[in-house]
Amino acid sequence: MAEYLIFLGCVIPYRLQSYEISARRILEAFDVKLVEMPSFNCCGYPVDPIDHELASLLAARNLCLAEDLEMDILTLCNGCFSMLNKTNRMLKEDRGYREKINKALGKIGMEFKGSIEVKHLVHVLIEDIGLEEIKKAIKRPLKNIQVAQHSGCHLIRPAKYASRGGNGGMEMLKELIRATGAECLEYEDEDECCGNPIIGVNEEIPLQLAREKLKHVRAVGAQALITVCPFCHIMYDLNQSRIERKFGLKLEIPVLHYPQLLGLAMGLQPDELALNELRVRPDELLKRIIG
Amino acid sequence: MVYSMSQKEEFEVVNRVDPAFKRAVSGMHGAEKISLCFQCGTCTAGCPISRFNDFYNPRRIARMIQLGLKDRLLSNDALWLCTTCYTCIDNCPQGVEMAYIIRALRNITVEERKVMPTIYKQMLSNILKTGYVYVISELRIKRRIQHGLPPLPKSDSKQIAKLFDATHISDILERAETFDRVD
Repeated sequence: MAEYLIFLGCVIPYRLQSYEISARRILEAFDVKLVEMPSFNCCGYPVDPIDHELASLLAARNLCLAEDLEMDILTLCNGCFSMLNKTNRMLKEDRGYREKINKALGKIGMEFKGSIEVKHLVHVLIEDIGLEEIKKAIKRPLKNIQVAQHSGCHLIRPAKYASRGGNGGMEMLKELIRATGAECLEYEDEDECCGNPIIGVNEEIPLQLAREKLKHVRAVGAQALITVCPFCHIMYDLNQSRIERKFGLKLEIPVLHYPQLLGLAMGLQPDELALNELRVRPDELLKRIIG
Repeated sequence: MVYSMSQKEEFEVVNRVDPAFKRAVSGMHGAEKISLCFQCGTCTAGCPISRFNDFYNPRRIARMIQLGLKDRLLSNDALWLCTTCYTCIDNCPQGVEMAYIIRALRNITVEERKVMPTIYKQMLSNILKTGYVYVISELRIKRRIQHGLPPLPKSDSKQIAKLFDATHISDILERAETFDRVD
């Protein structure tokens, strides 16, 4: 089966081990071999607004490490996926920019060659494992479970870089959800941003955006919201009680990482998937699934 | 209403305009197509932020660049409200990549005015020190072991420092003034 260099990024090890634990558990079950990065630095995304060239260099250093090992990169975070994938594609396509970046990379004895690919967990599930194999692995089909998806901006935009072959957009996560037997409900403004990237300078707007999203999800009667990005997850799970207090609402929508939902459908136990680490307790949902 | 300016007012307006600014912006990576914007407003229509802030209107920002209103653009903290959702990029009929143009404006502000939001200064300093955006606590690292997760990869701070020096951001980072919030 496939083999990948896993790029964890910063947010997952710092705040969201539940995503890493559940993702590793699932990939292991499908025999996807993960190799740890030999050395690490931030993907570059948070540096882009300050210094685009440095952001490209930080991304390129990670790409060069993967090129040395002749391995493709797998990310769990939308931000890391977007930054690494976009930089990889830009450096492959734009010779002038590649020369500029390679000149600076020369100072640390590296050179971008353009020999690897960057994929998000969602792409690996769809392209390498495939929906048919996933369906075969389902031991506990999630019948009578209705959820909503939030793919997150950096998995689906800009389309020029985010789409891979025939794959792109929110349909990828929707199909993965349907593969578990659950119904994926549509709701208003499904592709709207979670707002997290600006929470460091303005809390008001992201909390407002997250409130609207959660209200739309609740309005269609979804029993959970499914994410594939740590930033989005933080906005909807970690900040949900804050949003409830601030706006005087009751939302109580569990927010699961997709591999947690898939793991439950594959018959794994909640503790194997770190479901106890979620802030919004998914007790009702678990009762429906496990009994 | 017919609005007429006094000679003094006209002089002030012209003085505040920098005709070379459009070229400076279009020289930045990703911002090359700024001249193609014909003001249709599709970017603003799809922008999740515009409705919260009067200044933050991508269509208007594009026009201000074209007109050379450099000072008014760079002195407004609202530039830091873009969430990089990239909706404007996917929706633009002219292929103008507004989110990258906002990024270019932020980069120019940092370089010329030596100012940035506090959070970015913290994040960049952390990357320089640890490779990560955060300083990950011992407790977290211990919990990884308890969960049976592999150890975190380590940074190479010498290499990272060389990359910071390569773009000369190190000098700016030390001296840069900061602000905490954008309202």
